[in-house]
Amino acid sequence: MTQSLGDASASATRILPSSSPRSQARDGALAAGAPPGNALRPEDIALAAQQGAAKPGEDVANYALRLGDDALILAQRLAHWISRAPELEEDVALGNIALDQLGHARSFLTYAGSAWGKTEDELAYFRREPEFRSAHLFEQPNGDFAATIARQFIVANYQFPLYRALVNSSDPLLAAIAAKAVKEVDYHRDHSTQWVLRLAGGTEESRRRMIAGLKLMWPFVGELFEDDALTARLGDAGVVPSSLKAEFDRATAEVLDEAELDVSAYPMATGGGRQGRHSEHLGFVLAELQVLAREFPGASW
Amino acid sequence: MAHEAPSEADAAGAENFERILAKDSRVEPKDWMPDAYRRSLVRQISQHAHSEIIGMQPEANWITRAPSLKRKSILMAKVQDEAGHGLYLYSAAETLGTSRDEMMDALVQGTARYSSIFNYPTVTWADMGAIGWMVDGAAICNQVPLCRASYGPYGRAMVRVCKEESFHQRQGFEILLELANGTPEQRAMAQDAVNRWYAPSLMMFGPPDDDSPNSKQSMAWNIKRFSNDELRNRFVGMLVEQVKVLGLTLPDDEVRFNEDTKKWEHGPLDWEEFKEVLAGRGPCNAQRLERRRSAHEDGAWVREAASAYAEKQAAEHAQKVAA
Repeated sequence: MTQSLGDASASATRILPSSSPRSQARDGALAAGAPPGNALRPEDIALAAQQGAAKPGEDVANYALRLGDDALILAQRLAHWISRAPELEEDVALGNIALDQLGHARSFLTYAGSAWGKTEDELAYFRREPEFRSAHLFEQPNGDFAATIARQFIVANYQFPLYRALVNSSDPLLAAIAAKAVKEVDYHRDHSTQWVLRLAGGTEESRRRMIAGLKLMWPFVGELFEDDALTARLGDAGVVPSSLKAEFDRATAEVLDEAELDVSAYPMATGGGRQGRHSEHLGFVLAELQVLAREFPGASW
Repeated sequence: MAHEAPSEADAAGAENFERILAKDSRVEPKDWMPDAYRRSLVRQISQHAHSEIIGMQPEANWITRAPSLKRKSILMAKVQDEAGHGLYLYSAAETLGTSRDEMMDALVQGTARYSSIFNYPTVTWADMGAIGWMVDGAAICNQVPLCRASYGPYGRAMVRVCKEESFHQRQGFEILLELANGTPEQRAMAQDAVNRWYAPSLMMFGPPDDDSPNSKQSMAWNIKRFSNDELRNRFVGMLVEQVKVLGLTLPDDEVRFNEDTKKWEHGPLDWEEFKEVLAGRGPCNAQRLERRRSAHEDGAWVREAASAYAEKQAAEHAQKVAA
């Protein structure tokens, strides 16, 4: 399939009014030369799957599930900041990042679900802890603003090279989702970099908190770059996690050096999220996420 | 400097101000304006900004529990819009010479007001629908005329706010429509929310005209265009039509169209409750203020760090330039 899946240069939050994106999406989401502003939406992916235009194999679906779960759990965590941020600009910024991540999650989960006849919501709301495939980093509690920034700094520096590479996936839908996501994650990277520098170079207290935040989050870096049988089988469709480590190290070191922060002594934690082994935190995240949907199973919202 | 008779500049300014009002044109930040006009605007715009900021809380209450990912994403975007509205309203108020810090301090110290409606709790998901449909609906009725407010920065801010509010109202209506057409439990949830939010949303327009101390002056200054009761009646008429589409009912047997006045009328409202909530004795006043205070205080070290860092960067830059 070589067709364009929406306009990769468009963003879901910036839709041009003149091109009637809805009807375009319905009529021609999969047609080449879609007008600018026709961003790829989860609804388009669901439609493509229904029409048989996009159906992932088992491995691609499981891979999409990992990426979708990472983004979903992070979005859920970040959403908690909205109305609690240190300044209004950060309510907006963290809300925006949460919204981006949720958008990526919806696309990946919709695509993954199409392999098993499940919707994004069935996957998000009706799986149990061990069925989630997110890495431990994403479920770590927000902590204070510095801990959240530390988590964001790691996530963005992982997701940016990941999506940049995934743009070249042999799977056209993974490539299309990544093409939209990479531009947004580039902004997340900038946001977290600025804050790492500010907090490290601000006051004594902010520096102490930034160091504490990194100490909390850095142990979960290792799991992100672990290869396994699935990532090996994916070939050109996925990105081998270990291949991203050098770029992660380079990009993070550049910022950490400028901030005069040293993370080299922090030990790596045992992961297991990709196999469904999670920390104590995920159960609580899911309890909140899923409670209403599970109170009314089968209801439409 | 002792108080003196109005200077020539003041007299010319006052004359210009009256001319602007007479032409129904805009007063801009650098124009001369009466102190009372300035104070009244700072009060109104900052209250409006505070309402946006406090108003984030009852809805943020459901973001993490939204029952579908699509609804979660819409709700998140909506609450984020409200932070944005707060930001540009604070900016509009700043053009009158009061800083955002001062306004924020007044809010967390409990000396500033915000819309009483946000002191009611959001206890079910249907409240997200009722807030969008009724609370944002009432806000739109109030705010569309404010797009023509005589103070330029306020009027322009309201143009943008209103565009986003109309999206908010549609999403609220859609939530209720989905629930009203859902399972019996969902439908009951929707009706219950409409019942609870009806009277508080009507009271958002403020006290009845004969008991509204600031309205007359505000209308003379071309800030307010319609009276509280006029707007409230218009809003009731809108609800009457739209509730039919929902297949739900309004908890008011006395809603009727008065053929003589050609206006919609509603049953009596409990203005004692309104005054109680306004005086700080509503169900969530303390909780809302406490959340704002703790966010503000917990974030103080972050804001201090950002300022300290910016100062260091500026000093470094100055040193480089000097070298």
